[in-house]
Amino acid sequence: MIGRLFDRAWLLSDSPQSRAQAAWGRRYRLWCDFRANKPALYGLATVIALLACAILAPLLATHDPVTQNLGQRLLPPSTQHWLGTDELGRDVYSRLLYGARVTLGMVLAVVVLVAPIGLAVGCVAGYYRGAADVILMRVTDVFLAFPRLILALAFVAAIQPGMTSAVIAIALTTWPPYARLARAETMTIRDADYIAAVRMTGASSGRIILRHIMPLCLGSLIVRVTLDMSAIIIFAASLGFLGMGAQPPSPEWGTMIATARRFLLDQWWVPLIPGIAILVASLAFNLLGDGLRDVLDPRQG
Amino acid sequence: MQRHSPARTLARLGATVSSLAITLFGLVLVTFFIGRVIPIDPVLTILGDHARPELVERMRIELGLDKPLPVQFWIYLTHLFRGDLGRSVMTSNLVVDDIKLYFPATVELGTTAMIFATLIGIPLGVLSAVRRNSRLDQFVRVFSIVGHSIPIPVLGLISLLVFYAWLGWAPGTGRVGVAYVGMTPTVTGFLTVDALIAGDADVFWDALSHLMLPAAVLAYFSMAYISRMTRAFMIDALAGEYVITARAKGLSPARVIWRHAFGNIAVRLATVLALTYAGLLEGAVVTEMIFSWPGIGQYLTVSLLNADMNAVIGATLLVGFVYMVLNLLADVAYRVLDPRV
Repeated sequence: MIGRLFDRAWLLSDSPQSRAQAAWGRRYRLWCDFRANKPALYGLATVIALLACAILAPLLATHDPVTQNLGQRLLPPSTQHWLGTDELGRDVYSRLLYGARVTLGMVLAVVVLVAPIGLAVGCVAGYYRGAADVILMRVTDVFLAFPRLILALAFVAAIQPGMTSAVIAIALTTWPPYARLARAETMTIRDADYIAAVRMTGASSGRIILRHIMPLCLGSLIVRVTLDMSAIIIFAASLGFLGMGAQPPSPEWGTMIATARRFLLDQWWVPLIPGIAILVASLAFNLLGDGLRDVLDPRQG
Repeated sequence: MQRHSPARTLARLGATVSSLAITLFGLVLVTFFIGRVIPIDPVLTILGDHARPELVERMRIELGLDKPLPVQFWIYLTHLFRGDLGRSVMTSNLVVDDIKLYFPATVELGTTAMIFATLIGIPLGVLSAVRRNSRLDQFVRVFSIVGHSIPIPVLGLISLLVFYAWLGWAPGTGRVGVAYVGMTPTVTGFLTVDALIAGDADVFWDALSHLMLPAAVLAYFSMAYISRMTRAFMIDALAGEYVITARAKGLSPARVIWRHAFGNIAVRLATVLALTYAGLLEGAVVTEMIFSWPGIGQYLTVSLLNADMNAVIGATLLVGFVYMVLNLLADVAYRVLDPRV
């Protein structure tokens, strides 16, 4: 089976012999479309590299990310410290690697929180229509109308600054567009013949939503989530920068900028290196998202 | 195509206004929860950990925390309507007075940024739509995707490093040089305008030069968005039959582009601009922190770090309110001005 995935003729066959062959053929064609988009490929490669950095951080790091060495403060990049050291003598390169864990972890946590909420709210509102729809969409509109950063800041301040509250605050302000999207998708699906057929077989509403509507909303949701990841990265970094996200000594990139910014004029690399890391990560997700959108959801482009 | 009757326009307006009312109520409700319900003990955040018990008790009663939640909400609401946002612990001024002091600085920064973003973003968008897939178009694409990916702190720090530290073109942070602080009487709260009113050229130029860099940084993100939207609208408009007709009539390309095609997207663009302006208010929070700009964003952030909840709620309400009203204006402009909707 695995060997066949590298067999172009099998993948591109006009008359697939099995469902698996048809499914893999479709995926292969999407991949071919995607591959043609150079920037998107760069984005994908960078995202994979970032993931690798995050997962392999303990292996790739040359120093411990939190061990201070006050004798070696603010050193420029050298063979000993590839990206120099920060104001407490910690190795910036190693901190960046561990910071990738924090940043990607936060993004992942936000997505895991937000996608199901958006999907559930949107599908329920779109499927049942009527009062449920009106109420759920009103709430969604209220949240959509908020300035996101401000709301998140106030929310974090009320609980306690930290990574968990930052994740919750970002999630709280990020779900509404997904609900809108899922609702729109549901509205186009709910009157389809096959849904009527499923209903005739006696499936409950819950089952229809869960098994027959939600899976179809996933495609556009994934695209939207990928497109939003860079916004979430920037959001998390901004919270960190304002002192409301991950707290020192956490090697979160935004927090690193915040603690190092007073050295901008003399040791500019200390605050700028984590900044460049954020830029690279968010650019990569943007490029990847754009590519995915072009392939999976040409309507939105 | 038939134009809507005035009654129908009015009805739409009514619907929009009522949706604003609901959204505003949501804002008030959410800030109430953030300020009064979520914190484990609002009294502690005001008085600190080591307050005497009788003081804590008095504060509880003063804040109405001994009453049931709906009553507390009602008190909160009536206070809001009277314009009473309480006192800031940090500055010990009324929050309303603080806001009057800080908000004009933010408006000045945001408006200047908006002017930059519009003056550069729209022509870029139009040109890249006219010359699709040209070098310029490629440049605008890269320019705008970088604009979407670069966090404001990073852009702000890089620009400070380059234009202040290395090139020496920009003055340092803050609103005006130390020597000029408090030189002009406050009339509008916009330092550049106040300096002009006072006829003080030195202060004006100094304030203006302090304004440029933060405004440019703040403008970049919006510029990216404006140019992308302009490009998309223009491509759409240039494909229209009336444009082909205008071209066939032998009108000059400039006239076709600016009068016919651009004239047609102006309304949609106005909506985008209003939304962008609302977004600028948020970007201003981070920008102000980098450039030590004494605006509402800095006020908010410093209050956040000191858990000064009255000030936090006041600033949140203000920004939320302005943001929502701008959104509403965008919506109204779109519905009223564009007969097709």
